[in-house]
Amino acid sequence: MTTKKPLLVVQNVKTYYPIKTGFMNLKTDYVKAVDGVSFDIFEGETVGLVGESGCGKSTLGRTIIGLEPITDGHIYFDGQQMDYRTDRVSLSKQIQIVFQDPYSSLNPRQTIGDVLAEPLRVHRIVAARDIPQEVERLLQLVGLPTTAKSRYPHEFSGGQRQRVGIARALALRPRLLICDEPVSALDVSIQAQIMNLFKQLQQELGLTYLFIAHGLGAVKYISDRIAVMYAGKIVEMGTTEDIFLRPQHAYTKTLLRAYPNPDPTKRSIIQRTQKGALE
Amino acid sequence: MKSLLNVKGLTTAFETENGKVISVDDVSFTLKYGETLALVGESGSGKSVTALSLMRLLGKRGKIERGDIQFDGASLQTVSEAQMQKLRGDELSMIFQEPMTALNPVFTIGHQLVEAIRLHVNIDKKEAKTLAQNMLDKVGIPNAARVMKQFPFSLSGGMRQRVMIAMALVCEPKLLIADEPTTALDVTVQAQIMRLMNQLCEEMGTAILLITHDLGVVAEMADRVIVMYAGQIVEETDVFTLFREPLHPYTQGLLASIPSMDFDDKELTAINGAIPANYQHLQGCRFANRCPLATEACRTSQPPLVEVVPGHKTRCFEWQQLQRGE
Repeated sequence: MTTKKPLLVVQNVKTYYPIKTGFMNLKTDYVKAVDGVSFDIFEGETVGLVGESGCGKSTLGRTIIGLEPITDGHIYFDGQQMDYRTDRVSLSKQIQIVFQDPYSSLNPRQTIGDVLAEPLRVHRIVAARDIPQEVERLLQLVGLPTTAKSRYPHEFSGGQRQRVGIARALALRPRLLICDEPVSALDVSIQAQIMNLFKQLQQELGLTYLFIAHGLGAVKYISDRIAVMYAGKIVEMGTTEDIFLRPQHAYTKTLLRAYPNPDPTKRSIIQRTQKGALE
Repeated sequence: MKSLLNVKGLTTAFETENGKVISVDDVSFTLKYGETLALVGESGSGKSVTALSLMRLLGKRGKIERGDIQFDGASLQTVSEAQMQKLRGDELSMIFQEPMTALNPVFTIGHQLVEAIRLHVNIDKKEAKTLAQNMLDKVGIPNAARVMKQFPFSLSGGMRQRVMIAMALVCEPKLLIADEPTTALDVTVQAQIMRLMNQLCEEMGTAILLITHDLGVVAEMADRVIVMYAGQIVEETDVFTLFREPLHPYTQGLLASIPSMDFDDKELTAINGAIPANYQHLQGCRFANRCPLATEACRTSQPPLVEVVPGHKTRCFEWQQLQRGE
């Protein structure tokens, strides 16, 4: 499963946004979205990143892929320090991202074939004449029919659109995939399909995942290790088993207690005093 | 015991450009006083439209085609629109998923609460204000006097949902319809809101019709559960039986597709495929195309909803295959 070589090293990373006030637009303070975060991801591993909205988990994911400017700290990929100003092109072949809402991340006026062909052409992943073939290979990889390439995003259901989003991310053959709430917008029965697809792709392609989610169930299912984030900082990180069975930090415990257990015999949130359907 | 709500053969349709779409198809159920009944299903299953039909908030294109709704001993069908307006918010209330869109952005919280109270209770403004403030206290809003003067945008999602609950419960309704009340909230806030709803409704003896897709929330809150699929009820039983021994392959698939919180490394089994697009014209069972147990009979004729075990209904020919050996 994991080799002892970190693929990604995040070292004391900070992402701050200035708050500007007054007519001089003076920077009076900073929103510390990510405030000194350090962790590693090993090759072939899945690290889950959990936390509530506003804790900075998405910002961290976006900082790693270079969508948000890094304020301080260092990120190393495969032993090389990343410089987001100069390494953009080579970076995008190594790290890709899958977003929550596949509808807003796909161009409604592009066919699925175009969506997938564009990165192949721009980055010269395959020769121009092989592009149609490669598009079909990508579609098959994510479990879509090859006829999908001539259709538009609106013709697909949420689950299928997410498959397109994954195929697009995989077009550049990245080694690390950042998955930012990839199943949160999907129906329950579809979520499992996509989760299983992620697992299967990891086995086939040897991918490494940073899996960002607020749903503990999904993260538990897919992750080898889990990092719990609160107010811009990682408050606890450990193996999935440790986090769920032996949580140390008070916030992790709160989070676990608040998560509704899909088993009515183990209610943790509500103690029903009376009522009951069977009187 | 007499039931609070008795729905019989409810069928609701919408007029669309592509003809009539039946969203709720022959739905019948009862809800006892003080009970919490969960309506579970995926998007498009008809659970929200069922709730909106009860409140008669279907809009211009929606229409209840058939069926009878008895609420607290009276038929809601024969009630005039004016009377219905009196009932809404007084006897039956509803809270929605997104409290920001349900609150009016240009009026203060206090103004909106007072308006809601004075629509139903004949008291003066000052008394209504006190009542509103007490209610905000009750739903756990700190510094209620200040919040009364604030606008919705200055409150967090959880606080807004508390305001919605205050507004819905201020007249102590007999029925609270909660449509995905915690879906937009973080888990820790979700737990608070669930506790609050449960506590207040127990105090007031209010029954809850809880609409959700989250089986975790169902397991925590519900007494009884109805599972809907493609506009129909496919299974109905008490919450413990549903999670222990589901007798419909769809329910079983749903339960197998959510990761449990126990540490057991079980693989997730996804339900393949999706709800068929034009399911209303299907001859057979609407779940047949995704069902591992489907036979030829399932594709040609539709199974009825049958009470196969006392208190346990399912819409499946092959339910016996799902029964656990005793």
